[in-house]
Amino acid sequence: MEKFTGKVWVLGDDIDTDIIIPTEYLALPTVEDMKQYGFSPLRPELAGQIHEGDIIVAGKNFGCGSSREQAPEIIKALKVKCVIAKSYARIFFRNSINNGLLLIENSEIQDAVKEGDEITVTLGECIEHNGRTYPVASLPDNLMDILRAGGLVKAMQQRNGLHS
Amino acid sequence: MGMTIGEKIIARAAGVSEVKPNDIHTVKLDRMMSNDGTTHLTVDMYKNKLKHPRIADKDKIVFIMDHNVPAENPKTAEAHKKMRNFARENGIKLYEGQGVCHQIMMEDYVCPGELIFGADSHTTSYGALGAFGTGVGCTDFLYGMVTGSSWVMVPETLRFNLHGKLREGVYARDLILTIIGDIGANGATYKIMEFAGDGAHNLSIDERMVLCNLTVEAGAKAGIVEPDEKVADYCRQHGREAVHMFKSDPDARFAAVYEYDLSQIEPVVVRPDFVDNFALLRDVREEKIPVDEVFIGSCNNGRLPDLRAAAQVVKGRKTAPSVRFLVAPASNQVYIDALKEGIITTLMEAGAMIMNSNCSVCWGSCQGVIGENEVLISTGTRNFKGRAGHPSSKVYLASAATCAASAIAGTICGPEDL
Repeated sequence: MEKFTGKVWVLGDDIDTDIIIPTEYLALPTVEDMKQYGFSPLRPELAGQIHEGDIIVAGKNFGCGSSREQAPEIIKALKVKCVIAKSYARIFFRNSINNGLLLIENSEIQDAVKEGDEITVTLGECIEHNGRTYPVASLPDNLMDILRAGGLVKAMQQRNGLHS
Repeated sequence: MGMTIGEKIIARAAGVSEVKPNDIHTVKLDRMMSNDGTTHLTVDMYKNKLKHPRIADKDKIVFIMDHNVPAENPKTAEAHKKMRNFARENGIKLYEGQGVCHQIMMEDYVCPGELIFGADSHTTSYGALGAFGTGVGCTDFLYGMVTGSSWVMVPETLRFNLHGKLREGVYARDLILTIIGDIGANGATYKIMEFAGDGAHNLSIDERMVLCNLTVEAGAKAGIVEPDEKVADYCRQHGREAVHMFKSDPDARFAAVYEYDLSQIEPVVVRPDFVDNFALLRDVREEKIPVDEVFIGSCNNGRLPDLRAAAQVVKGRKTAPSVRFLVAPASNQVYIDALKEGIITTLMEAGAMIMNSNCSVCWGSCQGVIGENEVLISTGTRNFKGRAGHPSSKVYLASAATCAASAIAGTICGPEDL
């Protein structure tokens, strides 16, 4: 099982898609151009502080709102290793899997960590923090297949001979 | 075991006799809709990422430009050009500037019992005609466009039994904002919100669309009103036949059942920055909150009954000098009907700016964007932080009547306060 350790950034409940990437920046040509504005209505400095391999920890209903796929793409472009939230809005959840962004659901860790802490994640098994272990469930196989391929388009390329 | 409306629609689309919650099924999509919010991204992936791209069935796909119409800068003009050219090259039906995508889908396409994917979160609207509409991102849309199919996990269903009728001056908008306030912005996450009972059947198709459209703001995958003769009539009037009028079986399983007496619903004002930040107008009006801008429009609340309600309130009155009053009819058909009824004249005489039919102020780009610390009261879909402009600006949500009254008074209030 894949295992990784990262520094956490802690966000609250109902982090919506318009916070993750505000409408006014959607017209920028690429996600690379947009990523500096990630989370800007809430924390304008955050996108510049996130480093590769960091982990976002949040509360309930992460990603609620619009179907804009730039939301998970921004998080991926900021090289966030995974998001751990109490729950996710469903369109965001699908869009994240389709873009190869790992999402983990856990109801306890947000209340336990503080920003800057390190946590260790063992996929499909647990999160470790300060000597405590929090169990995590594994995703259904069809979703893990898409994630492992690196997203739905790459999974399509590998399948059927239709596209590759 | 019995099935709910949504389960029956998924079973039909999956070609199986029975489905149950949490099953994962491959489904054939009856229709797909994409708008100018993300179609250019789908086109880029189609052209650049797939080696042998093809479209499964062009006749099931509809492209609608409604988010930045007409284009307001060179970037959106380029995105539009890409969408327009792709539609032309592939024989895909394209609408440009004829209205908000969900209103056009209702007028021209949706049939009961269909499973429809739209690359827009408010695709849940189609449940007003007994269809299963759900929002997806542009990658899911691409997959559907190329294969004609997708996968779904069968959601559980929440049942809302509605009883009686809304009182005069209370609207479907107040009802759904009340329900979202009760169950919360994640109260229906990954679930179907099914509406039935005599109260649901008393609602017009336009009112049912208000209900289903906003179910996504409670996290729902779909919102569906049990279809009836009104649905069959609507389809007939729009040149379509209602074939699959599914109802839930008596022994269908619901994750929860809620009862609402419509006569008890009151006018609502949702405070910033969350759609479940529910308050009653009778409490908020006491605060005399000044507004800089008022918007009536959107896929939620820009239809003829909404414009009519606003016109009744502002007739013979003038917009407060401190207020910008913006109105965008949900579609050109709505616009034409409102013109014929004299509604547009009444609104303009009161000082309203009438915009072309598009997403307008609701989506925080293109038209009527609000500045630092400004306050908007809107019939739009969302009041997220910065949704309509500057991150420090505030958005309140209310019915068209409440918004219209606030435009006249310059503070948040109802028609009886004028």
